[in-house]
Amino acid sequence: MAAAKTRTSTFSRNLSTAPPSHGPGLKCGPNGTVFLSSGIPDLDKILGGGFPLGSLVMVMEDAEAPHHMLLLRNFMAQGLVLGQHLLYSSPARDPRGFLGTLPSPAASKDDKSRERDPDQEKGLRIAWQYKKYFGENQLDGQRDGKHEYSNEFDLRKPLERHFINGPRIDCVSIQDSDLSTLRDRCATFLSQFPRNDGSISCAGRIAIQSFCAPQCAYSNMEWDMLSFIRSLKSMVRSSNSVAIVTFPPSLLSPSFCKRWQHMADTLLSVKAIQDEDKELAQLLTGYQDMVGFLNVHKVARINTQVPVILEATTFSIKLQKRRYLVLECLNQAPVDGSSGTSYGTSGGCSSSSKTGNLDF
Amino acid sequence: MNQRSSNLLDEALGLDQVIEPWPLRGRVVAIEDQVETSGSFVLHHLLKRSLSPNSSNVTIFIAFSQPFSHYDRILRKLGCNLVSQRDNSRFFFFDMLKLQCPDGDEGITPEGGLIALYGKIHKTISALPEISWKNVSIIIDDLSLMEVAANGSSDYVLDFLHYCRTLTSEFDCSLITLNHEDIYSSEDRPTFFIQMEYLADILIKAEPLATGLATDVHGQVPKCYSCFIVG
Repeated sequence: MAAAKTRTSTFSRNLSTAPPSHGPGLKCGPNGTVFLSSGIPDLDKILGGGFPLGSLVMVMEDAEAPHHMLLLRNFMAQGLVLGQHLLYSSPARDPRGFLGTLPSPAASKDDKSRERDPDQEKGLRIAWQYKKYFGENQLDGQRDGKHEYSNEFDLRKPLERHFINGPRIDCVSIQDSDLSTLRDRCATFLSQFPRNDGSISCAGRIAIQSFCAPQCAYSNMEWDMLSFIRSLKSMVRSSNSVAIVTFPPSLLSPSFCKRWQHMADTLLSVKAIQDEDKELAQLLTGYQDMVGFLNVHKVARINTQVPVILEATTFSIKLQKRRYLVLECLNQAPVDGSSGTSYGTSGGCSSSSKTGNLDF
Repeated sequence: MNQRSSNLLDEALGLDQVIEPWPLRGRVVAIEDQVETSGSFVLHHLLKRSLSPNSSNVTIFIAFSQPFSHYDRILRKLGCNLVSQRDNSRFFFFDMLKLQCPDGDEGITPEGGLIALYGKIHKTISALPEISWKNVSIIIDDLSLMEVAANGSSDYVLDFLHYCRTLTSEFDCSLITLNHEDIYSSEDRPTFFIQMEYLADILIKAEPLATGLATDVHGQVPKCYSCFIVG
């Protein structure tokens, strides 16, 4: 049979040998994607590895608390620490000022303090042990390259000067500039990381804060902002980079807010916690330590139609020892009396001694 | 001979039987979804069915949402090789990711951009051998991004869709579109959306489960309306 150009079967042999090795801060994911870290190890775990290159992450802000800044700071600091390029844009007159608030990676000896306080768990030891083993299976593969991919950040320690003053950072103020200037700056920045099939030497990160803030000249041009996001997404898609855009959803009309949400590959939202919400305090354990909530609405599905199955969509944002950002599943507190829903008491060991009235 | 696993969706649309002509011929199918549940899996499924080896279908895919590599990988997992279909002129991929029609700039108006796109589709179909004319599927992913590309001129997008509708009668093509229902449900006068629903012969909605997240079931497709116009 003559060698024909067209293949007769629908399957072709995968000719690539070993997966290409990539630069620091990148790791291979499923379906030919490459991840970079969000700067928050818990968030990486929740999202199935991190943010895939080529994706657009959108964060819906809460006007009552600046928690989106925590996400941005960790995201930006992670990139700088690993030698990735960064383009930062905000409505402030001088965005460079924000770089001084970026956190520094935690010293490695502090990593041990990340483990949960053992004294609290003594009564629950059996159930928690299982969870420990499941968690370890996932972490094993990461352990060797752990510090090359992601870091724990100490929010009380500022990032060293030499990271901030390097040539890899570009800042743009969107207060006075118009969208085409911003688009050009993004295009120039992203042209440094074109996507090709080989190994990736360098990745880029774009962080745009409060994109539709009222100080910006274009903030009432809804279709123009939307088309900017669309062109940003298509530019990012064909490059080795990740873009995060935060925006306050209350400033957009409901229909446009939905359009923006559909644009995102990964969609997150942050919510403030009201002080002294007694009902919530009774409902959740560890309420006093919580700073806010993080909701995961959508996880990027690049090259696949299979969604990432999340254990939960709402997580509490806590500052451990007032330094380290952690995300935890919400745990319902033990319920007093027999009228509580079964969820709170089905955790076996977590039922309190006051639930003697339960009849099952 | 050909054991093909079909599912309820196939049954509802009449795709479970291997018959010529293709059951969706001459029909407009509108798929609607929401942020929580993406309906793109229906699109991928219909694309796979339209490119099945039993039919002689030709598919024109107008992509505003994702690049070719994304669909290629997904369809490969479903057992369909888009690259070889493209080489065999059974699959035409129009990459519209970067299409932008700013008002009046460089002569590319929103209207002009969409007219050019329609012209391209018409030319592609006309260039096919006449026997293939009756088996063309036009798939658009997705309509809300077409509106963005047209800078908000939904009227031009509607005109474009009406023109594509004429193709379903002129050439007996099928037109399959994806759009996001929750964008328009918050609008005061969702004219565009209502018109699109009216245009459609078959409406498929993908919704999240009323009970929330589940590991095995990602959503539900509760409604599949089929209107047969007898005239």
